[in-house]
Order: sequence, then structure tokens, then C-alpha cells
Amino acid sequence: MSCWETIADYGLRSVGIGERLLPRSDFTLCQQVTLIGSGMIWNIYFGLVALAAGFFLSISVAMGKASKNPLARKASEWFIFLFRGSPLFIQFFFAYFAFLSLKSVHPAFDLFTSAWLGAAIVLFLNTSAYAGEIFFGALKSIPKGDLEAADAYGITGWHRFRRITFPTMLRLAWPAYTNEAIFLFHATTLVFFSGFPAWQQRGDALYYANYFADKTFNPFVPYPILAGFFILLTLSVIGVFGLVNAHLTRHLPAERRQKIRFRPRQLIR
Amino acid sequence: MFEYCADPETLTGLTWLSCYLTNGKHLLFYQSFGVVLALLAVTAPVSLAFGFVGAMAARSTFPPFSLFGKLYTSIVRGVPDIAFFLFFVIALDQAVEYLRHQAKCPDWDMPVRQGSDFVVCDAAKMPLSTSPQWVHETYGFTLAVLTFAIVFGAFAANVLFGAMRSVPRPQLETAEAYGFSPRQTFWRILVPQMWVYALPGLSNLWMILIKATPLLFLLGVEDIVYWARELGGSKNARFSDYPHGDWRMFYFGALLVFYLLLTRISEIVLDRLMGRLTLGQATAGGEAQRKAPA
Repeated sequence: MSCWETIADYGLRSVGIGERLLPRSDFTLCQQVTLIGSGMIWNIYFGLVALAAGFFLSISVAMGKASKNPLARKASEWFIFLFRGSPLFIQFFFAYFAFLSLKSVHPAFDLFTSAWLGAAIVLFLNTSAYAGEIFFGALKSIPKGDLEAADAYGITGWHRFRRITFPTMLRLAWPAYTNEAIFLFHATTLVFFSGFPAWQQRGDALYYANYFADKTFNPFVPYPILAGFFILLTLSVIGVFGLVNAHLTRHLPAERRQKIRFRPRQLIR
Repeated sequence: MFEYCADPETLTGLTWLSCYLTNGKHLLFYQSFGVVLALLAVTAPVSLAFGFVGAMAARSTFPPFSLFGKLYTSIVRGVPDIAFFLFFVIALDQAVEYLRHQAKCPDWDMPVRQGSDFVVCDAAKMPLSTSPQWVHETYGFTLAVLTFAIVFGAFAANVLFGAMRSVPRPQLETAEAYGFSPRQTFWRILVPQMWVYALPGLSNLWMILIKATPLLFLLGVEDIVYWARELGGSKNARFSDYPHGDWRMFYFGALLVFYLLLTRISEIVLDRLMGRLTLGQATAGGEAQRKAPA
């Protein structure tokens, strides 16, 4: 069987298109690369969904933590502490079993026990807490002069937030937020190891890498393949976020632009 | 554990709960919290040592060492670490068995990898199939510690490398001017001064390490996650003295609280430690402490 046939059979296996049975013996390099690459679809899906939805919640959480209203402040602080203070792995387990218990209350919760929705919700909340803390830090370090200038021009309320606070906050937070995005993509590999079942063996990249390592008892092929895919993903995230960063800082002189630097902030959450 | 627990079927309410929570399996569950704390206690110094060696290698002027150090500090960054955990635990095991195989069975003529099998002679098996259960458990735990130490050592190396570069350059130049050898400068000037720069990064790493401990479960150690799944699953009256429904949610809720407490306590302790270390230092933190009203 040529490699093109393998790609046609297994290229979309992780979403249920193509050959139903996974290869069982005589694994070729092509099969491993194709299936692990096919699993990356899930990693990208989870990362994008959580990132897109989490962006809005995290800004709300940051605003809540910075607000004068004690109720909003306490709620945001507890939300951040709850999700940053406990391992993501345990959060996945807890959420899965919680949804499983709720299923007996109402059948609508059946959907939540499948990874595509349940795990996406956990990741969404988790990244909102981490990014919320990042945005809160940025909110606190907005130069005083910017806000005073806005006051002097009579810019207030929503208008001030929209034109002054939000763009500056976003610009200051962007390098740290890039990091958070990278680790979010890394964290998506935990999904199928934490209770959420891979229905009909439709798993993510690590699920397939682990499958091959178990079957061949040789970790030296599938895991480096997985590493290669993730390095590519990390580089593309840095590329895309770098473009946004260039857009956000386009009005600044070159030496005041913050570079995006990749640093290990929180790997397993 | 209690005397009134002899016949669980007659019990109700709190007495049932007190018996349920102290039965044999639950005592094992409580012990597994000890396993997690032991892992933290052993892994933290070992990975700090790995990190120290890594940072020293990265600073070395001898190209192969510095290349190795730089590679080590950067490799764990682009790839999810859970992949490293799953990889190293098998790779280390196979490496140990392969080396023992080479040493103990030199006249073995078959290849070690036969298709999907990894075959070594019986004498090279690790641990030996005849050894008692505790040897197997200790071996598994040791592999887990090594795996954690390799991954976290890379992160620690990164932090320490940065800290070594943050020590003000004039300090080292002064030492050189006084005729210290490079070795003396490193050990007597650089290393004592770097900790205050390293502590924020290291405390961050400690928090990460705490949150990585549930992954022990993936490495095959019977840790708290294993027992929470085991004990929480619904129990049939036929197989258990304490039948109940699916309580896994509550068990994982308890684990969540355990980790939140551990995080909170660490935060408080690390804040105090940072306060101690910055006392009298010529940094912004030390200056703030000096100016603060007593």
C-alpha cells in the first residue's frame, strides 16, 4: 500500500472519515505520521475553540478583578484561584464525572460527556482563568498618563474603555498571552487521558502516538513524530500572534515594541 | 477500624460513613497522598540538581557541553510535557534493560527488537520476574521520579541559566581582579548570589510541579487519581460491603480541594521565603521593605 493510499484512508480518521479499523500490525512510518497528524485536528480544534471563547471571558474576569464592586472582584478572584490553583488533569476528571452524574438528572447532559463539548468547556474556563490573570496584570500596568489624558479630553465610560484602556491592555498583555496560547495547545493533549472517552478511537495526536507506542513497544518513533507536529504548531502560533503583535504595536517606535519571547510559564496546569 | 464496623449492612448515616471512610481501601487511598508528597519531596531536589548541571553545561565554554546544555534547556519547551512523560517512562525502562542485557547475556544472538516485541534475556529483566511486589513498585516509582526530574530539570536549568546571567557583572569582574580562578568565581561569587534572582522562577516551577503530580497516574503508579477512580466507581452489594452509586465526582472534588490547599500553603510559604531573601538586598523589593513602616 502506497503512502498516498494511507493518507487517503487515515488522513481524516480522527474525525471518523476513511478507514474504520486502525492498523494493527506491520506499522509503517507513513501510517504513524498520517494518523498522528490526523489527531492534530482535535488539538487544533480544542485550542481554537477555547482560545476564541476564552478571550472574551478572560477580559471580563480581568475587568471583574480590577473592579471596585466587591462582589465582582471576589467572584473573579475565586474563579482565577480555582482554575489556576488546581491541576487541569483533575479538572478534566472532575468535570467528566460531574457531567456523568448530571446525565441521570437530565438527558441533555449526555452531550457534555463527549469530549468535543465537555473538554472544550473545561479548557475554555481554564484558559479564561490564566489569561484573566494576564490581562489583569496588564490592566494594572496601563500608564497613568494615558488615562489622565483621556479624562482631560472628556473621554469616559465605554468610550474610554474601547479607545484607551482596551487597546493598551491588549498590547501590554500580548507577549504573555502568546505564551498562554502555546501552553493551551499543549494542554489539549491531556483531554483523552482524563476520562473523556475517545469514541470509536477518534482521538488526538497523543492518543494515536500512545496507541503506536503501546502496540509496537517502541517509543522512539511515534513520540518524536508527535514532537515534530507540535513544534510546527508552536511555531505557527508564534507566527500568527507575532503578526497580531506587529499590528498592535505598529504606532510605537521600534525599540519600545515588546518582543514575543517564549518562556515556560505554566506547562501542566 | 472501629469495632461497630463489623457488620456494615446494619449501619446507617454517619456511622456508616465513618466505617466506609476508614475501610482498608480508603487507608490505602490516604497513603497514596503520602506517595504524592514523597514524589514532590524527592523530585524537587533531584530536578534542581539536574537543572544546575544543565545550566552549568549551557554556560560552559567547551562547545559540546554548551550545545548539550542549550539543547536540554530548550527541548522541553516546544512539545507538550505529557508526551515527554509517556516517552521517558518507556524509554528509560528499555534503556536499563538493554544495558543489563548487554552486560549479562553477551552470547545472546537474537536482535533485541523483534517486530513489535522488545526481547531481552530473563536475567536482564528489570525488575526480575522473581522479585517481590515492593521491588516492582519501587522500580516504577523510581522511573517516575527520574522522568519528572528530567523534564523539570530542563525547566529549572532554564531558570538557573537566567539567574546566573542576572548576577551583576561587576561582582564577577571584582572577583577576577582579586585573582579568583574561574572556578572560584563561579562557586564563591556567582552561585551564592544567584538564588534571589532564581527564586521567582523556581517558585513558579514548584507550583507547576505540584500540578504535574496527578500525571503519576499515567506513569502507572497507584496514586491518588488511581484510587479516586477505583473507590469512586459504583459498588455492587454483591462484591462490596459498602455498596454505593457512582461517587467519582465527589472523590475528584476532594482531590481538587487537596490541590487548592497545597497551592495556597505553598503560596504563603514562598511569599515568606521571598521576603526573607530580599531583606537587605539592593533590589526594588528590598528597598520597599526598608521604606515600609515598621
